[in-house]
Order: sequence, then structure tokens, then C-alpha cells
Amino acid sequence: MSENTFINYFKNSFLPILSIVITIFAIWYIFTVYLNSSKQIDAYERKKIDWEFSDLVRDTMSQKKPLLPAPHQIVSEMWKTIFMIKVTSKKSLIFHSYVTLSSTLLGFAIGTILGIILAVSIVENKAMDASLMPWIIASQTIPILAIAPMIIIILNAFGLSGLLPKALISTYLSFFPIAVGMVKGLRSPEISYLDLMHTYNSSRLNVFWKLRLPSSVPYLFASMKVAIAISLVGAIVGELPTGAVAGLGARLLTGSYFGLTIQIWSALVMAAILAGTLIFILNFISRITLKRMGVQE
Amino acid sequence: MKNAIISAEKLNLIFETADDDVVALKDVSLNIDKGEFVSFIGPSGCGKTTFLRAIASLEKPSSGNLSVNGLSPEEARKKRAYGYVFQAAGLYPWRNIYRNVSLPLEIMGYKKNEIPGIVEKVLKLVDLTGFEKKFPWQLSGGMQQRASIARALSFDADILLMDEPFGALDEIVRDHLNEQLLKLWKTTNKTICFVTHSIPEAVYLSTKIVVMSPRPGRIIDVIENTLPTDRPLEIRDSKEFISVSQRVREGLRSGHSYE
Repeated sequence: MSENTFINYFKNSFLPILSIVITIFAIWYIFTVYLNSSKQIDAYERKKIDWEFSDLVRDTMSQKKPLLPAPHQIVSEMWKTIFMIKVTSKKSLIFHSYVTLSSTLLGFAIGTILGIILAVSIVENKAMDASLMPWIIASQTIPILAIAPMIIIILNAFGLSGLLPKALISTYLSFFPIAVGMVKGLRSPEISYLDLMHTYNSSRLNVFWKLRLPSSVPYLFASMKVAIAISLVGAIVGELPTGAVAGLGARLLTGSYFGLTIQIWSALVMAAILAGTLIFILNFISRITLKRMGVQE
Repeated sequence: MKNAIISAEKLNLIFETADDDVVALKDVSLNIDKGEFVSFIGPSGCGKTTFLRAIASLEKPSSGNLSVNGLSPEEARKKRAYGYVFQAAGLYPWRNIYRNVSLPLEIMGYKKNEIPGIVEKVLKLVDLTGFEKKFPWQLSGGMQQRASIARALSFDADILLMDEPFGALDEIVRDHLNEQLLKLWKTTNKTICFVTHSIPEAVYLSTKIVVMSPRPGRIIDVIENTLPTDRPLEIRDSKEFISVSQRVREGLRSGHSYE
């Protein structure tokens, strides 16, 4: 990277992002003081302490169970639970992230395969097209929060517990964008591309492998980015009805039992970091694949 | 009709649409002999592309007879009797030039060790040697169209059907490609059906010019081109060239093509 491109990068990417982050933090701190102040003032009055505004600002940012924790409280909680605790401990955020991540990835993998299989059968078979699509759409109109406990309980009755039932909730959410995106992708070839295959008297199998499948790859990646994010949501939701044993969902649930808002927020931030990382990795794979397929930069 | 490789007799083709039936071809009769270069010229909607697509069995005639190599168009297509060049080059963007040209060979089950030699040969024919590894977007429009012609030539069908292949190119590139196509036709001895909007292009390339007219799509005139087979680009300034062009124009006029 030459000096010039570095400066350009700084000007065009880094500065705008930095200014938005600073703005968000400023607003966050203002709201921390504002939202936590009434509880703090009550405390001052109970203890009959004289206070000034500077005391209020300091104390609203160091409450144990604030309505809205300040960013630095979340950061220090995360530092403590990520780096200061052994990863095997049940208090480690890494441990909980790992639990959630593993069911996210398993659910995403199953969802992707299921979505692709559904899309292929819809595109290649008219009867499937007419009969499957309404069910696929209907499946997504049911609130996942309502159906998640039932999936867990029913699968438990079949002797399935642990990772798989949670992963299946991720699958339930993630197969949908994959199926819809793949159907669109497999149907995306222009008429002239299909006509060309027809003039070669090509078999359906060849049309599929050499035309439909390559055409669908960009659509697949776009859908996968949506699917992996909602897989994470599914995994977290799936952890709620399991009695909150482990995972980011469990952290959220115990946090809300005991009013540990800092713990809730650090789990939320961790979930956001996980989602961001997963999408970043997918983006990377997508760019490399499409580049190898000769897609114009 | 002794050598007729493509033969149409009272061919009708009607597109049924919601509000009105469109007569794309009406009573079209035509014989094309082996080794001919036939141009179809006429305004939009005169059925020239439809006729080409009917030969390729991409459209089904409503009535009449159409035979290709003595077979029905469908049978001829299944025997891979023709190569088709579309108006847009239609190269698959995820395949490089080599793999675009080898696509029909893969589909038609050519042996793996035969393919590289064939691809090399046809790319040489269209003057694209050295561009094997390029992707379509890295090539100019004219080069893309040449690659698409190479693709149509690769499996060595006797007939080449070309639907306005140079329509989207500028005139200078077009002149050049016309010259190359003529050379190609002479060396390969194929039968070529060529759809065009351009009178000079039709007269320059063809042994036979079929003038068509719209509503309903029909043949107005079939002109045997009297130009010598050796045709440098300058031939287009000759008296003979101009008089053939005039006859084409008259045909178009009599079919109300200019209204």
C-alpha cells in the first residue's frame, strides 16, 4: 500500500466510521446518565447525601444494576469474562459463545443443505413448485419464539437433546432465505443461455450443472449472509427454553432473572461480534469464489 | 432442389397471444443448397429470426413442411446438425474463453483428450489464439462475438445459423468481421444462414439474399447474388454491388418495409 492509498483509505473509510462510532458513544453516555439518574437520585435522597451534577454523572456510570450500562462497564465486564476467566469455566463468555457458535454453525450447515435441496426440487419439478412453496412461506409466518420450546420438547421426547435440537431451530430459520435465493438463482439464466443449451440438445443434468448451478452462486452467497445471521438468532432463541444451561441465550436469560443488565449487554455485544465475524468470513469466501469464477471486479 | 440442405414449403408460424394472434411466418417456401451463404434481410417483425429459430427447432411451425438435412428440425437438432450464433455473444461469464468454446464439446461427450486440439483449431480460425484464459468481460464486443462463432464451429456441424451476430458492433469492427466470416465460410465450406438488418452486409456476404416483409412475415424476393466469390471490401463501391443493393432496396420497398 503506497502512502497515497493509505491516506485515501483513512479519509474514505476510517474517518467516517470513526466519527459515527464517536457519535454513537456520545449519545450512549448521555442516555446512561439520563436513564439511570432517577434511581441514583432516589438513592441519594434515601441516604440523605448532598450531590452535585458531577457526582450524578460519575455514579450513574458505575451502578451495579443500571437500566442502561455505560459502554466502558460493558467493555470491562467483557474483558473480565473473556480474558480473566478460564475458558472452561461456566462464567467465561468464550465458553458460552462457543456453545452458541457450535449450534449456529451446525444449524446453518443443515439449513443451507436443506435450502439447496428444496430449491433444486422446486426448480426441477413442477409438482414440487406448486406444492412446496406455500408451505415454505407459511413456515416462516409462525413466530419462532412460540415454536422453539415445542421443537425442543418434542425432540427431547425422541431422546434428542443438547446440540442438535438447538441447531434445528437455527435450521428452521436459515433454510428459508437459502431456498428462496437459490430458486431465484437457479432460474436466473437468460433465455438465450437456455436456448444455447437447447441447440446442443443438452440433457437436463448438463443444463443444471453447467448453467443453472453456476448462475446461482452469487444468489447463494447473498442468501447465506442473511441465513448465518438468523442462524445465530435461532441458536440464541433455542437456548432460552432449555433451562438456560449454557450459551449466549442462557447468559441473557440468567441476566434478566437477576437484573444483571451489564451481563445481558455484554452477551448482546458478543452476539453482535460473532454475527459480524461470521458475515465477514462469508464475505471473504464469497469474494474469492466469485473472483475465481471470473466475475468482474 | 437437388442439393437442398434446408427446405421449407408453405411454412406458417403463428404466435398465439392473449389479445391477437401474430402471424410471424406466412406461406414461406425456400430451398437452401449445401454450401450456400444465405442472408435474410427485412425490418423488425418480418419473421427472419423466427424462420432461423424454426430451422433450429427453437420454435415450432404451425403448419407446412420444414426439413433440415432431410430430417425434421427437431431430429436435426438432436443430431446436432447446426451451430447457432445469437445476437448477443452469450458467452457464459463464469467460463473463460477456452471453457466457453469447449462447452458444447463437453455436453456432446467428446473425449477429454480430443477437446484441447479442437479448441485450439477453432480459436485459430477466428483469430483468438492466446486469449484462452481470458474471461468474456475482458474481451471487446467483436472478440466476444468471434469467440461465440468459434463455439458454434467447435463441433463441426455442416450448418451455421447466425442471428444478427454483428448487429451490436460498430461499423469498422463489423467490416473486419464480415471479411473474416467470408474467409471462414470459404475454408470450412459450411452452409450459412445469416440474419441481418444491413443491406451492404447482406450483399457483401451472401450467395443468396432473401428479402422479407412484416405483417404477416413473408418472403418478398429471393435474389441470387451475381458478385464474384472473391470479394475484397472495395467491391462495395463497384457498379454490380450497387445494382444488387438496389434490387434488395426495391424488394424492401415493395413489401412496404419503409412505411
